[in-house]
Parts: sequence; C-alpha cells; structure tokens
Amino acid sequence: MSINASWYLALSVVLFSIGALGVLVRRNVLIMFMCVELMLNAANLAFVSFARTLHDIGGQVLVFFVLVVAAAEVVVGLGIVVAIFRRRASANADDLHLMKG
Amino acid sequence: MTTALLDLVVQGGKATLPDVGVFAVAAAIILAGAVGVVVARNPVHSALMLVMTLFGVAVLFVLQQANFLAAVQVIVYAGAIVVLFLFVIMFLGVDKEEDITKEPLRGQRALAAALVALGTVGLLLLGQVSKWTTGQPHVAGSDTGAPNVNLLGKSLYTTYLFPFEATSALLIIAVVGAVVLARRPPATSSNSETAVAVPAVPPAGDHDAEVDA
Repeated sequence: MSINASWYLALSVVLFSIGALGVLVRRNVLIMFMCVELMLNAANLAFVSFARTLHDIGGQVLVFFVLVVAAAEVVVGLGIVVAIFRRRASANADDLHLMKG
Repeated sequence: MTTALLDLVVQGGKATLPDVGVFAVAAAIILAGAVGVVVARNPVHSALMLVMTLFGVAVLFVLQQANFLAAVQVIVYAGAIVVLFLFVIMFLGVDKEEDITKEPLRGQRALAAALVALGTVGLLLLGQVSKWTTGQPHVAGSDTGAPNVNLLGKSLYTTYLFPFEATSALLIIAVVGAVVLARRPPATSSNSETAVAVPAVPPAGDHDAEVDA
C-alpha cells in the first residue's frame, strides 16, 4: 500500500518518455495517437500518486477529467484521420503537406 | 537483504513484500507494453500492446486505492478507446506491416532519442532533488473511513461541479465534430469511391482544398 511515491513518479517519467519518443519517431498517424495516449496515462499515474501522497482527492478527480478529454480527443482525432484518409489514402503523417506554402 | 530492499522501496515501513512484487510486475508490464506500442510494425499489434499498458496502469491504480479509477480505466480506455482505434485501423485497412527500418528524415531518430533522454534524466533528477514526495502516503482524501468512490463522487459534484459540466459540453461538441468530420459531403455522393473528384457544386469555404486536391 505504501510504496514510495517517487517510484511511481519515476515509472511515470519513463512511460511519458517512451510515448514522446514514439510521437517523434513514428510516422503512422494512428500509432502517434496511441503514443499520445501513453503520455496521458503517464500523467494520470502521476496524478494518482500525488493524490495519495498529498491526501487530496482532487488528483483523482483530475484523472477522471483527463479520461473524458482523452475520449473526446480520440473521437475527433480519428474522425480527422478518416477524413484525411478519404482524400489521401494514406495514414502517413509525412504525406500531409497539403497546406505547405 | 530483503529488508534492505524493502527499506529502499517503501516509506513508513508499512508496505509488504506482495506490494513491492505487484508494483514490480505491473511496472514491467507497463514498460513492455509501451515499448511494444512504439516498435510494433503492425498497428493492430500496437493497439494490443496499448491494452497491456492500460491494464498495468489500472493495476497500479488499485495498488494506490483508486479502485473506481481502475474500473473506469479498464472500461473507458481498454473497452472504448482501444476498440475505436482497432475499428479505425481495420476500417481504413492500414493493418499491414510497415517498414520502420528506414528513417524518413536523416538523423531524426538520433535527435529524438537525445532529446527524450535529456528530458527523462532531467525529470528524474528533478524528482530526486525536490521534496514533492515526502510525507506519509495514505488513502487519497481526508481519512474519514469513507470509501474512495464516495469521496470522489462528493468532490466531483461539489468542488469540481463546473469542470464536470464543462466536460459534458466538451463531449457533446466532440460528438458533433466527429459526425461532421466523418460524414461524406452530399455533393460527392454520386461518385463516392473517388473522393478526390471535384464535386459539381463545391461547398463554400471548401473550394481551395478541392482545387488543390
């Protein structure tokens, strides 16, 4: 029950870094989205650790809101991916240079 | 040796060996899943690895007494979001192996790895020198003996009522936006297979994009 919160935070940092690396390295839009979800989960883990450490339920409420916002973000993001795919037939982020000057 | 390890990991001397074991196994599952998401060549495998990571995070929520959030994590993330991902992957037909050995830009991966390593080390050092995590860890919320769900619900509908209502508005907007994005423009319905064709009457505001396409 009382594992030191800094271990959770270290795990959260590593998880966030892996997600950030994925967003930077991968070019498939769907996998980039999944890596964003990894980063959100790292933030959730840190929120819950702080909620436990600081005796404040607010951290857990915030995780609740992050879940809702993540769901909305995925719905709109995947809608955009489908709309782009209809026009370009590719899920590769490098192909999307339609608005390049 | 075991007690020395326990002293290193726990705070307050209340954690038991099973706690440490559960944390270690869940952390290993989370990290393996996260690495799998990044390195998998097939997007479907990435989505399944994402489920693995989400379950590991749910286990750690339970370990920190956030039982309700663990349930929501499994239901919303693993049950809804990942299913939506898989639906879109298979709907678009991009569930093929892709070549991830070649770099799109020269030096991109080395630069990304260097930046991420710098950020990781910086954050870990920040965690070491700060005093954020001192104090006696306990159940979140004031220690009234009430279950976690009661505290969470009361807080959500009193202190955080306005953000709660704002998220409901956000969900409505997201649903409307998704419907608008996903529906086909009615002008192109005659030859809906070739979406690049210029519609007979292009909708106002969409004109430039159609010409460019």
